[in-house]
This record gives sequence, structure tokens and C-alpha cells, in this order.
Amino acid sequence: MANMKFLCDSKRCIECNGCVTACKNENEVEWGVNRRRVVTVNDGLPDETSISVACMHCSDAPCMAVCPTDCFYKTDDGIVLHNKDACIGCGYCLFACPFGAPQFPSKSSFGERGKMDKCTFCAGGPEEDHSPEEKAKYGANRIAEGKLPMCAEMCSTKALLAGDADKVSDIFRERVIYRGHADGAWASNGSAEELAYDAAQPKA
Amino acid sequence: MQIKLLLKLAALLISLIILPVKAEDSVPSEQRVAAFAGAEYWQVIRQGENGTTQSSTAEAGNLINVQGDYWRYWRNQWITPAGAFAVGGTLGLLAIFYLIVGQKKLDAPRSGNTIQRWSRLDRANHWTVAILFIILGISGLSLLYGKFVLKSVMGDGLWASYMLACKLAHNYLGPLFVLGLLLMILRWMKHNVFNRTDLTWFIKGGGIIGNAHPSAGYMNGGEKIWFWLLTLFGIAVCVSGLILDFPNFDQVRNTMQWANLVHAAGSLILIAASLGHIYIGTLGTEGALEGMTTGQVDETWAKQHHDLWYQEVKAREAKDTV
Ligand code: SF4
Ligand code: SF4
Repeated sequence: MANMKFLCDSKRCIECNGCVTACKNENEVEWGVNRRRVVTVNDGLPDETSISVACMHCSDAPCMAVCPTDCFYKTDDGIVLHNKDACIGCGYCLFACPFGAPQFPSKSSFGERGKMDKCTFCAGGPEEDHSPEEKAKYGANRIAEGKLPMCAEMCSTKALLAGDADKVSDIFRERVIYRGHADGAWASNGSAEELAYDAAQPKA
Repeated sequence: MQIKLLLKLAALLISLIILPVKAEDSVPSEQRVAAFAGAEYWQVIRQGENGTTQSSTAEAGNLINVQGDYWRYWRNQWITPAGAFAVGGTLGLLAIFYLIVGQKKLDAPRSGNTIQRWSRLDRANHWTVAILFIILGISGLSLLYGKFVLKSVMGDGLWASYMLACKLAHNYLGPLFVLGLLLMILRWMKHNVFNRTDLTWFIKGGGIIGNAHPSAGYMNGGEKIWFWLLTLFGIAVCVSGLILDFPNFDQVRNTMQWANLVHAAGSLILIAASLGHIYIGTLGTEGALEGMTTGQVDETWAKQHHDLWYQEVKAREAKDTV
């Protein structure tokens, strides 16, 4: 059992949108749906910084807490998935999500939202693994094959990391120490489980 | 001449070789990159800074939706429990009241003579709004509380279809309710202006307990309060509901979060109050419901509950016959 997390190393992300393309291609998501996106702050300035963001598979997931149909569930690997058959497209998960992850395809009459779609950590959905239904509704199920999400696998600079929180944080901690934080800039209240990197800490 | 040129070229070459080495300063690139995007950067990100993105979804440039957590907190920690207390509490109080005090009976036997209280249009308007209110109330309560109660009872398949039906009913009947309610407010406002009679009516507690019969005109103080609650919260619920119902106008998440809080709080207050209205209009008062079903009320009832209106009607009748 793992506790799956994404981590985007903002020092390495070069805004190539490779992860976005990999995700679109692997999951064959509908037009207008972007499960993953890259946001660049201070674009064009010397301190330009990009981050790739999608569903972060929150530990205490806000989407799960507000969904009226209670259609979300957490896998043993800590991945937050949802059942599209029960989703009514109310949009509440999007109101609550810290990262703007939930997406709504097909604006039908009066802008009524379709069924919510979001990053599945390439873990499919409640349907049988690798069934056509699962593929059509949720896209790829790489986790069932023992593989990690396509976006992170395709990242050219290895900025986007995906995997067990322990492993991901070890890799990141090593980078941070190499960059000059003797203590790895680890938040004092953080556990490796939750990836509490405190960027606000001064260098040692 | 040629030597000078050669020297110049040599100097240029040397500087070209030396300069980059100087600039690199032997610090690995990753360590130099680490200098930017420090504490301030993460602070603004946490405060909801926007950036640029290739994604064309609404608000895609926003990395952290800061208000989302407040919305979750207010909806889940306050409105959900408070609404349950308000609605459940009102229901409980009414049940206790009915058990202890019982129905308010007519003081005198029915006279057999009736007078017209609500026109056909009034009744049509009332029942349209009432039926829509009940459907919207049940579907709305299911959206807020269904997952705690109904989900386990219904089982996955039925639960999914039921919730979809709730959402569709809520979304498509909502605008009809808005029209019906607005019409009702406009048509009945003239009956519901507060006056001195209402003050005495309130002081005497509306004669709810005991045999006191404070005077009242066409509408009594309590009915007027219900009317103005319905006007105030009803309009808030309608406006916020329309904002939520039509996401095609690209309203941002923050707007919809606010609309949702107003909508939920306002409708829970109205649902709690409507229970009182329904109780008084049916179980609670003998002879009240027929006014809204047949349009006619017994003179005994009119004299007892709306004496000033009764006298008015009688005076008008007398004048007409003269
Ligand atoms: S959809 Fe949003 S709130 Fe839900 S787990 Fe993903 S990031 Fe968290
Ligand atoms: S849109 Fe679907 S998944 Fe999101 S909160 Fe509503 S019902 Fe749940």
C-alpha cells in the first residue's frame, strides 16, 4: 500500500506542456477538458516560474467532503477517484477544490454541466480494470499495470514526480539539499507522508 | 597596422573564452535557479495568484482556489448542521405544540354561510408556488442531506437516478418557481402592509394559546411576517438560484460559492418557516384550509380569526344591497 502523490518541482518545470499532452493522449479526454495544465507566474520576467497542476489527490479531499452524491472514493493507494454514474454535474467539487482540478465537458442547454472529469492518477475508475467502459469514462489505468501516471513518466526535466509520497519526497529532498538547504527545507510539522516542504524557510 | 589588428583580435578571442567562465562562477545551474521563486513566490501562490496557461478552462490561470476552503467550511460546518437543527427543531416544536395545545377549534358552530376569501387566480398562484416549493424543498434537502440518510437506504443505482432526478427537477422547476413567487409577491403585497392592529396582535401573541382573539384584518400579523419572510429570503434564494442554475454566463467560482451559501441558508430558513405555515394552515386551525382550497370560508371562522376583515366584507355587502 502506498500513498500516491504528485509533486512538481518548480525549479525544473520549463513549461513545455509535455505532461498536458501526455495526459490528453493517454486518457483520450474530451475536447475542452484539461485534466492537467501548466501555470506560469511572472511570465517573461527573470523569475518566471512554472508549475504543472492537476488533481493532487488530497489527503482530506475537499471535493469528497462537499459532493452531494458522495460519489468520490479513495483507493488503497490514496488516489481520489469518482464514480461518473452517480455524478450529477453540480460543480460543487470545483467550488471546493484548491487546484481547479474538476473539469466539466459538454455544455448542454443553459450551460448545464456534464459529468465531472478529472485526473485519475492514471488509475481508471470503479469499473472493471481495463474494461472498455472504464477506458471510455475514465481513460487509462496504468496503476493496475504497475505503472505510474503518464504525465510524470513523460516529463522531460523530471520536474513532475509521481509516486509514493516517501519516494517522491526523498528525491525532492535530495534536490533541495543539493541546491543549498542543508536540512532539506523540511517543514518542522511535516511528515514524509504528507510532503510538507516549507519553501518559506531560509537557507541553512 | 596589421599587428594592431591581430592584437585586437587576440584580445577579443581571449575575452570570449574568459567571460563565460567568469559568469558561471563555477556554481551549478540548479543552485543558481534555486535563487528565484522563494518565500514570497509561494506566499502569493497561496493567496491565489494568477498566472498564464495554455488551458482554456475558466480560471485555469489560478493555481490555488483560496476561497474554496472557506466555502467548504461554511457549507459543511455551519449551514449543514444549522439547517438540520432549524428544520428538525421546527418540526419537533410543532409536534410538541400539537400534542399539548392541539388544534385551534372554531369557537362557535359553523354558521353555514361562507364568504369569498381567495379568488381562483389567488388559489392557482398559491398552489403552483406551494407545489413547486415542496418539490424544490425535497430535492434541495436531498442535495444537502441525502448522502447522510438516503444513500445507504437506496443502494447505488437508485441513489444515482434519484439524485439526478433531484438535480434536474431543481434546475428546471426553479425558474418557474421564481415566476410564480414574483407574481404572488406583487399581487399580495397590498394585503401585507403592517399597521397598528398588527402591533396589538403581536403583543397578544396572535392568540395562539388560550382564548384571546386579537383583532385582525384580511391578513393577521403572523401571515404578514410569513409574507415578508417569503419576499425577503425568497428573492435572495431566487437570485442566488439563478446564478447557480446558469453557469453559461462564465460566473467565477467565488460568485457561485457565495450564491450557494445564500441559497442554502435562505432556503433552509424558508423551509423551517414553511413548516409553521403549513401546520397553521392545515392541522393547526379548524376551517383554515378550505379558504385556500375552495376559496370560501365559514363566517364563524372569519369572525374569529379576521374580525376586522369580516366587518369590512359585511359593510360592503350592506352598501351593495342598499
Ligand atoms: S479534485 Fe481537487 S479537492 Fe479533489 S482530490 Fe483532487 S485536488 Fe483535491
Ligand atoms: S459535479 Fe459530480 S463529482 Fe462534483 S460534486 Fe457534483 S456530483 Fe460530485
